[in-house]
Amino acid sequence: MDGWFTTEEPYTLIGARCSACGTYVFPPRSGACPNPGCDGTDLEPAELSRRGRIWSYTENHYAPPAPYVAADPFEPYALAAVELEAEGLVILGQVAKGVMAADLEIGMEVEVDLQVLFTDDDGVEKWVWTWAPAAPSGGAR
Amino acid sequence: MSDDRDLVVLGTGMHPWGKWGRNFVEYGLVAAREALADADVAWRDIEFVAGADTIRNGYPGFVSGSTFSQALGWTGAQISSSYAACASGAQALQSARAQLLAGFADVAMVIGADTTPKGFFAPVGGERKEDPDWQRFHLLGATNPSFFALNARRRIDVFGDTPEDFAMVKVKNSKAAVHNPYARFRKEFTLEDFASSPIVSDPLRLLDVCATSDGAAALIVCTPEYAKRKLGTLEGTVRIKAVANTTPTYPQVRLELPDIATDSRAVVAPPALGFKDSIAHNAYEQAGLGPDDISCAEVYDLSTALELDWYENLGLCAEGEGAKLVRDGVTALGGRVPVNASGGLSSFGEAIPAQAIAQVCELTRQLQGRCEGHQVEGASVGLAINQGLFGHGSCTILAT
Ligand SMILES: [Zn+2]
Repeated sequence: MDGWFTTEEPYTLIGARCSACGTYVFPPRSGACPNPGCDGTDLEPAELSRRGRIWSYTENHYAPPAPYVAADPFEPYALAAVELEAEGLVILGQVAKGVMAADLEIGMEVEVDLQVLFTDDDGVEKWVWTWAPAAPSGGAR
Repeated sequence: MSDDRDLVVLGTGMHPWGKWGRNFVEYGLVAAREALADADVAWRDIEFVAGADTIRNGYPGFVSGSTFSQALGWTGAQISSSYAACASGAQALQSARAQLLAGFADVAMVIGADTTPKGFFAPVGGERKEDPDWQRFHLLGATNPSFFALNARRRIDVFGDTPEDFAMVKVKNSKAAVHNPYARFRKEFTLEDFASSPIVSDPLRLLDVCATSDGAAALIVCTPEYAKRKLGTLEGTVRIKAVANTTPTYPQVRLELPDIATDSRAVVAPPALGFKDSIAHNAYEQAGLGPDDISCAEVYDLSTALELDWYENLGLCAEGEGAKLVRDGVTALGGRVPVNASGGLSSFGEAIPAQAIAQVCELTRQLQGRCEGHQVEGASVGLAINQGLFGHGSCTILAT
C-alpha cells in the first residue's frame, strides 16, 4: 500500500494529520477530517512515532483465506495492536517473523520494521510493516 | 416504561440452522410460512416486507425484500432491503418499525436468510485495495477470530480471566441448545472437550469461536391497534419496546472489525460511554428500562470471551466482572439473568442476516413461555444485542 510507510530506514508508518484540528488518522486518507467537530478537509501525510506499546496480541494457527497470500506450508504468525502515545492511535500489524505470542506481553515496547508479505507471480517482493521488539533504548529512533 | 411507541410481535418463524448449501430463499420461505401461521395472518395481508440482505448469494441477496416478496407471490406490498453486517436483521426490524410507527402500514414481515461457504468468513472476491475489509485480510491476515482474540487476551491480562472461564460460556450455551430444535449443534460440551480443541487465534480455541451456518428467521410485527382488532385484547402479547441501531462516537478507541487502526484520542477525548456500552444504553433509554429489569438476554457470542464483554456492556455487572457471572451460574438457565438460553451463536453458528431476527424470535417465545427444555421461568423482559462490522450496533428490547 503505497504511502502507508517509509521504505528507507528508519522505517515509520505514515498516517495523515488534519491541518485544522491536529488529529491523526491511519491509514492515511484525504478529503475530510474524521473529527466530527472539525470542518477540515486538508489532511497532510504525517510520519507517526516509530515506537509504541502493545495493547493486545494474538497468534494465528490457521491460514487466512484469500486475499491473504499464505506461505506453503503455512506458518503461524503473531499479530499485535500497538498504542502510539503521541498520536493516540492503536494500530494493528503482524509481528516480525519468528516472534510469537509467548514472546509478547501487553505494555511491551515495539517498533516499526518491514518484512516481505509475499512474492508475486512476477517474482516481485511485496513489503508490509510489522511490529518488532524494540531495540534497547539508545537504538534508532 | 412508556408504551406509546410499542409494536406487537404477532408471529415468529425459523428454519433450523445447519449447513446444507441450498438456496437461501428456500430456507427463508420455511421461516416466512411458519411466522405467518404463528401469527394467523395471510401473506396477502402483509403490507410491508423488510428483508435483511446476504452479500454472498448474488443479486437476490442484495434485494432480499424483493426476493422474498416475489418468492411468496407479488402482492404489491411496500418493501425495504437492509444490509448492516451482523446487525442487518435488526436494521430490517427498524425499517419495519419506522413504517408501522409512522402509520404507513399496520402489519409487516421482517425476514432474513443465508447460505454460507465453509471456513472463515472471507471478504467478497476481487482486488479492492480501498476496502478496509480487503486490506485487513490481504496485508495482515487479520481474520475475524484474530479480533476476538485481541479482546480475549485483554480479558486475561487486564481482568485476570482464564481460558477456562471462556470455556464455561460454551459449556453453558451448549447445555441449553440440547433442547432447542432450531440450533445446529445440539451436543453438550464439557471443559474436558477444550483440551483437545485446537488453538485458532491464541488464546481462543476452535470451540471458543462460532461457526458459520445456513438458516432463516422471520417475524410478523404489527401496530397495537391491528393486534387489538385481531386478538380482541393486547393482554399477553409480546411488545417491542426498543430497537436501537447505534454507530460509534468519535473517537472510537477500541479496535473493531474490520479496521486496521482505532480513531485518534490525541485531540478529542473519548466519549464517556464506549461503543458497545452505548448500544445497550440507547435501547434502555428508549424502553425506559435498565439492566435490573432484564429477565433474559440474547447476546452476540461470536466468541466465548465476547459473551463476557456483553455482560459488562449490558450493565449486568461492572467492567471486568463478567467471568464471575458465568462462574456463579448467574447467566445459566435457572440463574438470575439467563443469557443465550437459545444456545447462542456458539450452538447456532452465524447466519448473518437471519441471526438478529432469530434472537428476537427466541426472546418472543421465551416471553410466551414456549421454550420447553430451555425456558427462562417467568421471563417478562428480554434483550437482544449485537454488533456488526463497520460500526453497526443494535439492541432490541421486548416485554410482555
Ligand atoms: Zn480536523
